[in-house]
Amino acid sequence: MSDFTHNFWSLYVAGITLAGILACGLLLWITSRKKVQATADNTTGHVWDEDLTEMNNPMPRWWMWLFVLTMVFGFGYLAAYPGLGTFAGKLGWSTRAEYDAEVAQANAELQPLYARFDAMKPEDMAGDAQAMAIGERLFLNNCAQCHGSDARGSKSFPNLADNDWLHGGSPDRIRQTIHDGRIGVMPPMAAAVGSPEDVRNLSHYVLSLSGSPHDSLRASLGKSKFTACAACHGMDGKGNQALGAPNLTDDVWLHGWGEAAITAMINNGKTNQMPAQAGKLTDSQIGVLTAYVWSLSNRAGAAR
Amino acid sequence: MKPADGMPRKVIPITPAAADDPQAEVVSLYEAQKKIYPRAISGVFARWRWLMVVVTQLVFYGLPWLQWGERQMVLFDLGARRFYLFGLVLYPQDFIYLTGLLIISALSLFLFTAVAGRLWCGFACPQTVYTEMFMWIEHRVEGDRSARLRLDKGRWTFEKLWKKSLKQLLWIGISAWTGFTFVGYFVPIRALGVELMALQGSWQLFWVAFYGVATYGNAGFLREQVCKYMCPYARFQSAMFDNDTLIVTYDEARGERRGPRSKAVAPRTQGLGDCIDCTLCVQVCPVGIDIRNGLQYECIGCGLCVDACNTVMDKMHYPRGLIRFSTQHGVTHRWNQSQMLRRVLRPRVLVYGAVLAALCIGMVMSLVARTPLKVDVVRDRAALSRIVAGGRLENVYRLQIMNATERLQRYRIGAHGLDGLEVASGPGVAIGPAESRWVAVRLQVPYGVVPPGSHPVFFDIRAEGAATQVVEKSVFLVPR
Repeated sequence: MSDFTHNFWSLYVAGITLAGILACGLLLWITSRKKVQATADNTTGHVWDEDLTEMNNPMPRWWMWLFVLTMVFGFGYLAAYPGLGTFAGKLGWSTRAEYDAEVAQANAELQPLYARFDAMKPEDMAGDAQAMAIGERLFLNNCAQCHGSDARGSKSFPNLADNDWLHGGSPDRIRQTIHDGRIGVMPPMAAAVGSPEDVRNLSHYVLSLSGSPHDSLRASLGKSKFTACAACHGMDGKGNQALGAPNLTDDVWLHGWGEAAITAMINNGKTNQMPAQAGKLTDSQIGVLTAYVWSLSNRAGAAR
Repeated sequence: MKPADGMPRKVIPITPAAADDPQAEVVSLYEAQKKIYPRAISGVFARWRWLMVVVTQLVFYGLPWLQWGERQMVLFDLGARRFYLFGLVLYPQDFIYLTGLLIISALSLFLFTAVAGRLWCGFACPQTVYTEMFMWIEHRVEGDRSARLRLDKGRWTFEKLWKKSLKQLLWIGISAWTGFTFVGYFVPIRALGVELMALQGSWQLFWVAFYGVATYGNAGFLREQVCKYMCPYARFQSAMFDNDTLIVTYDEARGERRGPRSKAVAPRTQGLGDCIDCTLCVQVCPVGIDIRNGLQYECIGCGLCVDACNTVMDKMHYPRGLIRFSTQHGVTHRWNQSQMLRRVLRPRVLVYGAVLAALCIGMVMSLVARTPLKVDVVRDRAALSRIVAGGRLENVYRLQIMNATERLQRYRIGAHGLDGLEVASGPGVAIGPAESRWVAVRLQVPYGVVPPGSHPVFFDIRAEGAATQVVEKSVFLVPR
């Protein structure tokens, strides 16, 4: 770990770099002073393998000056840019700063385009072909990794096109979700529910809420245990969008369907996260993205 | 490697240069560049060289100004990654055409070189062409060889000052225009002028300056040094030479012994050949060699020494062709033209020619048959397969649809390959002119009809109102 606490390696690299350049200079100096004997037949006079002679075709002198120029350039570069160990260079250039500058420039160039969208309501943007084309690209580049290219999600990643919302489907709520992210927490509830048998019964009651196939005897036994869940999911099991508690009556199964999946959820709980996009995307981009996501369930098919 | 037992290790002796050699001369390892002052000459090959200058530069300077409909006819838009070539819109995915073009260029070089030596170097290479243009200016402003030699040796007078300044001014003007034209292939040239006037577009300005400075330096100063020391083509063309390749030759048997003579006496009686040793062939040479020393790697095969020698032969009333384009065999066996011509169709020429012809035909055919639509199919990375309402299995794909026409085009997306396979997302998509877009597409099959596993399916994308159709393969996954 000494490379974090001691600058030996920095000095080592810088030393090798400088010594390399100086060695090139030394070589140039020696060769430029060296004289050889030329003969009338324009050979160096060296003979190998009985009759193999070496032609004397010297390098042009300007070529040597090119080498000298590269050395001068090398020193200039090392002084201006990071190249000598940890020395940052006089210009203070870094890839990170250049990246930030390029992003800022790109955003500035896009500003006139987004200015039009900033003034529009999400509902109006949903009908705007250009806004939707940009929104689609933003979605494919930033959201499709989890929610899928068609926004219909997969296990543990919500479907954004089905008008079933964990945290609310109004444009404001969608914008908030994208901007700040969401953390959905289902705590382990086994202790509050009771014995493993109680948990199984409760699972069948939950299945019965959405009319899914279930054991009605177990479901009626489990009904009383649902009070432990009602704080978040509500007495009727219709959920609470303010808390991000899912509606259990709508036959949408984000984390898996069936007795086993529900039992596991009650026993173990689950923390599911939607990361905040505020640092990645500009407010204008989030605005367009909001309109695109909103349009998926409100103007189904029309945006295409 | 260890030498085998009993085998004496071979020792290569290095003989030091003989110190008592009276010819020996002590020289540096580096050679100072000797400036060449070629004399102007007229003749058949000089005229050919000028014709090639005019043809190549008309194309180079003129092409960016031609329009094709609403846009520049030839434009390589690197920013948007679209390459407009007459009626074609090429995508980076069409890179194979550039590869084809480069291979065709290389094979043409091989073929021409095998048949007629360094034709490219002597007549068509930009290095030759721009050097010729710059030398012409030099010649017009400063005078011919002797005048230029005198001017350069002389002190700085007013005459020298204005001549040098005028030459530099003209050179810089041509270089700047060349750089501007070059950048005009990558940025619309009509807007580029206005942009540069307003000092906008720093990258455009940089490349105009870069190409301009390169032209100025290469054609004004480096000249033959580029061919001698920098150009790889100059060197590897010698690998395509054989004894039947056309080269510039000096007929040694006829020319030697060279020397000045009086016109009154027949040269043969004085033991003289046809060469009067006027050194005109050396004076006109743009690379500064003496062709009478035989074929040299510096020779670019421009034929100016042929022109020079022929004018002298005419004056002396000797037959032309003491220096001429001929082949090694032609000179040693004293062949005439038809005898040399008979050797043109030798195996290497036939092979180069056949491969070249096949490639050209293939390239043209593939360009003609090219579909102005490209589709890439990528399976969605988030979900392998899922069950949706109605008990159907669904897979998600991303189709990159690239419209290579210059009008808005609607495409219908279909799929086949499995029983009951249907496109569940919208059936059509509209893509703008020369636009490329990713489109999410959902395919569905009824549950239980298709066994678990991976099944090939085919996307079928058709342009509405056109015969354009592309079929792309992908797979449909059915979970166990």
